[in-house]
Amino acid sequence: MDKFEKLTGIAAPMPLINVDTDMIIPKQFLKTIKRSGLGVNLFDEMRYDDEGNEIADFVLNKPQYRNAELIVAGDNFGCGSSREHAPWAIKDFGIRCVISTSFADIFYNNCFKNGILPIVLPQEAVDVLMKDAEKGANARMTVDLEAQTVTTSDGESFSFELDPFKKHCLLEGLDDIGLTMEKASAIDSYEAKLGQSMPWL
Amino acid sequence: MTGKTLYDKIWDAHVVHEDTDGTCLLYIDRHLVHEVTSPQAFEGLRMAGRSVRAPDKTIAVPDHNVPTTAGRDNPDQMPEDSRIQVAALDKNARDFGIHYYPVSDIRQGIVHIVGPEQGWTLPGMTVVCGDSHTATHGAFGALAHGIGTSEVEHVLATQTLIQKKSKNMKVEITGKLRPGVTAKDITLSVIGKTGTAGGTGYVIEYCGEAIRDLSMEGRMTVCNMAIEGGARAGLIAPDQKTFDYVNGRPHAPKGAAWEAALNWWKTLYSDDDAHWDMVITIAGEDIEPVVTWGTSPEDVLPISALVPAADDFEGGKVGAAQRSLDYMGLTPGTPLTHIEIDTVFIGSCTNGRIEDLRAAAEVVKGRKIKEGMRAMVVPGSGLVRVQAEEEGLADIFKAAGFEWRLAGCSMCLAMNPDQLQPGERCAATSNRNFEGRQGRGGRTHLMSPAMAAAAAVTGRLTDVRELT
Repeated sequence: MDKFEKLTGIAAPMPLINVDTDMIIPKQFLKTIKRSGLGVNLFDEMRYDDEGNEIADFVLNKPQYRNAELIVAGDNFGCGSSREHAPWAIKDFGIRCVISTSFADIFYNNCFKNGILPIVLPQEAVDVLMKDAEKGANARMTVDLEAQTVTTSDGESFSFELDPFKKHCLLEGLDDIGLTMEKASAIDSYEAKLGQSMPWL
Repeated sequence: MTGKTLYDKIWDAHVVHEDTDGTCLLYIDRHLVHEVTSPQAFEGLRMAGRSVRAPDKTIAVPDHNVPTTAGRDNPDQMPEDSRIQVAALDKNARDFGIHYYPVSDIRQGIVHIVGPEQGWTLPGMTVVCGDSHTATHGAFGALAHGIGTSEVEHVLATQTLIQKKSKNMKVEITGKLRPGVTAKDITLSVIGKTGTAGGTGYVIEYCGEAIRDLSMEGRMTVCNMAIEGGARAGLIAPDQKTFDYVNGRPHAPKGAAWEAALNWWKTLYSDDDAHWDMVITIAGEDIEPVVTWGTSPEDVLPISALVPAADDFEGGKVGAAQRSLDYMGLTPGTPLTHIEIDTVFIGSCTNGRIEDLRAAAEVVKGRKIKEGMRAMVVPGSGLVRVQAEEEGLADIFKAAGFEWRLAGCSMCLAMNPDQLQPGERCAATSNRNFEGRQGRGGRTHLMSPAMAAAAAVTGRLTDVRELT
């Protein structure tokens, strides 16, 4: 997995609450058997009209946000389905960090498996960051994972909370399966015990 | 010492390893797999030279892409991308030696209907699937939740998940439900009250007389939509109804193993002195038949209500409500019962079980659907379909003008050919009314099977109590 340490980039403002995973990547793009190539269809139904032409006023179609690397969004980002195609599409587009007041549980976990940092901040902080993002391409936000801070283009800084284990894995780009495999003997003994106590499982 | 909740008890029984920071390795008893969220996980295993650790605990069934029309055993019925995805599941199931119900098998159906039906889902288990509606299995007192594809790969390789424990929420539905009110109305009403993020960080246990009174099918409907309230999982403590439902199913324990299992299952309830981080209580008699008006499952109103205005809300919801009203093509102040519909979809992992079809058939019996209406019933599994045919339900639906389909996810998420056209308005028994969910530009109103059946007859959103 790609490491995440520090990111300075353009942030796209999406002041919409309950952005669901059907919006992030509609179902017709789930019929892939690969993880790559979904960026072009990120937010597809908001981004393109019925003929496939770009909708000019959608944020990622605006010239100043076409190279955005962060999204600042409304409450409950990523609600709905468990599709990991959502973070795959976000990453493939080039976005590595999403900031909101809250995230849906499965989406939040899926981000960490793909080197994307979802940051939860209070409403007041998200409001400030949203305003900063609205300034466009000249206003670059900085996220420092080690320090757990987000800094606006004006230098205003906010600290965020993060589970230490998730932080460690993201900083080091660690593969969960490899980590768990190191605990194979614990799984072996759990299964042996289970075979005795609950043989029907 | 404080007592434990049901969630605490299941959690504790499955901890393989706990780190000092509370991160746990949790053992997974059942892993359900479908064709959409698994191909990349199996590819990951192959690339790393890994095998499936517990193929006997892993069950696969194609459901999202499969057509629900006759002749679908012929792969040419599917578009190429769907065919490739189903073929990949077919190959992965055989290569890795996991249990598999192909499209041609009468037991095929929606994974969350097949699991309980075949007795794979049992009380006290941990159950995961690369699908958010895995919450359904919580109806058995199993800790069940959706996971992403990376986690699917993790479970395939290790039969465990890296997890931190959620908080405990109790949702109590007291007393009796009024006539015409169903499990779907309970679960939608709870989301209407808590919002789609209200459950974030929690596992919900549903309890109270109204929940106890529900059948297993109804309990599955309630738990199915726990995810729509943002919760990691929904749970209902197992009781005699649960045991009776499970007993005799193909993969349920038998003989001495059954007795041993039953002894453990009977300990699976929340202790009186258990700690709850949040408690929500709703009187069963206050719940009315409800529908959704907007594009979030929290946009729930009693059928007797009027379409709201954006100004009725606060904060970020004002803009979201306006966007919903525009998308749904609704004018504030319109009675919900004046909203005309074009399509009715009865099915899905929320409401595709036999009891759901019985409830819909009872409304439809001796009536015709409104002229010009497109209405379909998609049973949740091949076995539900057979049972409905044996009970005469299929004949009732067909006589009324419904299409009687084969099992699959169908128009719930429209990954197969069953889709809404732009602007089409659907009364649906499924679980999500998101923009574009049932087809680009399609407009979805969520409701119970009986309410959807009533809408099919009248051609508009309807209080089912008017027809019974």
